[in-house]
Amino acid sequence: MSTKITGAEAVIKCLLEEGADLVYGYPGGAIMPIYDELYKYQDKLQHVLTRHEQGATHSAQGFARATGKVGVAMATSGPGATNLITGIADAQIDSTPMVCITGQVATHLLGSDAFQETDIVGISTPVTKWNFQITDAAEIPAIMAKAFYIARSGRPGPVLIDITKDAQLAELDYKYKKCTSIRSYRPIPLIDSSKVEQAAEVINNAKKPMIVFGQGIILGEAEAELKAFVEKSGIPAAWTILGLSAMPTNHPLNVGMVGMHGNYGPNVLTNECDVLIALGMRFDDRVTGNLATYAKQAKIIHFEIDPAEVDKNVMTDVAVLGNVKDTLAQILPLINKNSHESWHNEFKKKHELEFEKVINDDLNPQKEGLTMAEVLEQINIASNDDAVIVSDVGQHQMFACRYAKFTQTKSNITSGGLGTMGFALPAAIGAKMGVPNREVVAIIGDGGYQMTIQELGTIFQTKVPVKIVVLNNDYLGMVRQWQQLFFDKRYASTEMINPDFVAIAKGYHIDAKRVSKREDLASAVQEMMDSKDAYFLEVCVEKEHNVFPMIPTGASVSDMRLS
Amino acid sequence: MENKKFTISVYSENNIGLLNRISAIFLKRHINIESLTVSESEIENVSRFIIVVRITESSVKKLVGQIEKQIEVIKAFYHTNEETIYRESALFKIASDLLFDERQIQNIIKESNSEIVTVARDFFVISKSGRRSEILDVYNKLKPYGIKQFVRSGRISVSKDEMAISKILKDY
Repeated sequence: MSTKITGAEAVIKCLLEEGADLVYGYPGGAIMPIYDELYKYQDKLQHVLTRHEQGATHSAQGFARATGKVGVAMATSGPGATNLITGIADAQIDSTPMVCITGQVATHLLGSDAFQETDIVGISTPVTKWNFQITDAAEIPAIMAKAFYIARSGRPGPVLIDITKDAQLAELDYKYKKCTSIRSYRPIPLIDSSKVEQAAEVINNAKKPMIVFGQGIILGEAEAELKAFVEKSGIPAAWTILGLSAMPTNHPLNVGMVGMHGNYGPNVLTNECDVLIALGMRFDDRVTGNLATYAKQAKIIHFEIDPAEVDKNVMTDVAVLGNVKDTLAQILPLINKNSHESWHNEFKKKHELEFEKVINDDLNPQKEGLTMAEVLEQINIASNDDAVIVSDVGQHQMFACRYAKFTQTKSNITSGGLGTMGFALPAAIGAKMGVPNREVVAIIGDGGYQMTIQELGTIFQTKVPVKIVVLNNDYLGMVRQWQQLFFDKRYASTEMINPDFVAIAKGYHIDAKRVSKREDLASAVQEMMDSKDAYFLEVCVEKEHNVFPMIPTGASVSDMRLS
Repeated sequence: MENKKFTISVYSENNIGLLNRISAIFLKRHINIESLTVSESEIENVSRFIIVVRITESSVKKLVGQIEKQIEVIKAFYHTNEETIYRESALFKIASDLLFDERQIQNIIKESNSEIVTVARDFFVISKSGRRSEILDVYNKLKPYGIKQFVRSGRISVSKDEMAISKILKDY
């Protein structure tokens, strides 16, 4: 049955049809008809007014990453739309499903440099999975259905729909049909069974195999298949930064993180394994280091949903295309049971070395200054390893990914590919709204915090009980570390004269505390975790502590430095 | 791996904005497009892009992979010159009096299998289709007499191998 409604109302109805009950956004002239309808539908569709459109996209991302659903963000035309771009680019590189809706000037004004007009479709093209401009209200239901289908299917990603103001105001015969296929789009490649068999043969003949799993496991909901595969094959499994939490951190076959600041064993042994099994990961340069020396001795098996990722950075011997949930399920019966004990000992030996040279000092420092790692450890203790950790970008992010412990999937939310400072505070808002029964802790540096600090206003207004931990070293810590190591300690523009963060949080009526002494840390973290409301904790940490191990840019994974 | 000339063929839905999306893939990788032609294909509502680039085979493979990722792209292929039949077209506008005063011009037209498209009081127009080198040859021969306007199209090509787009569309 069809009924006549406005384009603006159709947008809201489409969102509800797709199961969206929460949108993040910021109103403005060109999207006012949609906001006017939101007013009418506020009992069905909650709108969260962020303090900046960038905050809206990061919140939508946090929601999507914590729930696996599509996040929705809205903005007006022109500056509203361009302010979404950082979050969209972040979602694109990290494969986050998101639908962004922007208002646009009226159709007859398009191309006339009208007030608040930008070519947002042109601007967002390189950073969206798909985008479209609607100038005819009748197109709204079909395009919205297509947008959600594209955003969530196959390798997920952000979609932007730009709707002219006249299309929002015009009436249409509303009829909704979910999109289930598009003629030119195959979201998941067909599985070639012969490739699965080839991969199984290589794996069964391997003496020193290792697994590197990425976010494809989480996006494909293949956690159980991964666990079964790892446990049957007995192969040591390492995670990429976005793969973290796909397998419990304390799993005995979990050997740590690969990449620039990952763990020593899985990085160095990448260049000693005979078979490298990449599961839903894309061989990012932060993972591989120098490609010319990366795993040259190993046969590479790549399980991947996106054919364009195969052989993009690392040449594979066997490419198993498909959803990793399905391909792992297919390969499992073909895999021999094994334990690879002596090979595991290699990882253990490397871990002992890393523990002695790095981890022990990070967790049990003998010096006075607090380390970021011990803060993470206190959060692990207070949350029983069960919090969702949303980290920003920088040293604290690396410490969070190295030291936070996870028991559940979708618990590590961070800006991986784009490295967007300012991500964590709004992303934590979205994550907490997505999984309100879980504890969500944002770990942020003093630099990134000030990039989206205005979202404290969103927290105050919505009363979303996120926990915010700022690890304050009064520096842009990671840049300073690079300046120390590679630029002769010339600390150009990395020292920050910071405001009174506790006073600012209190200004937003958020409970807040500052700690700088070791003896106060555990109780402060506990107090934060015990709070039922939002809570801000500033921890003053050692100013010039560095993140190690480290693979310097362009170096080989086997040349990882421990100090 | 050395740079070679490749002809990329893209079969896509006929949608607004796709040209922007595809050209952005080249821009992002800093790859110069030598020529680009877009037209209808043999299938209704399916467009065909012909893009000529000079890059390594490993780059063209990745490029085609990225192009195929676009939602509206049905399939993309790349071919070497030997694997395709290809042509370009050119128009030369020349002052009419030269057609009568310079007998050699008529010989150039005849020998190069060019066509006279139109003759007006002040100018006449020659059309030449063929490989780039053949068009260039005509250009060089006509140049001494004075060319008022010259324009050359991008490459159009068909592959020697079948592309089977209809079958791909059926399989989706």
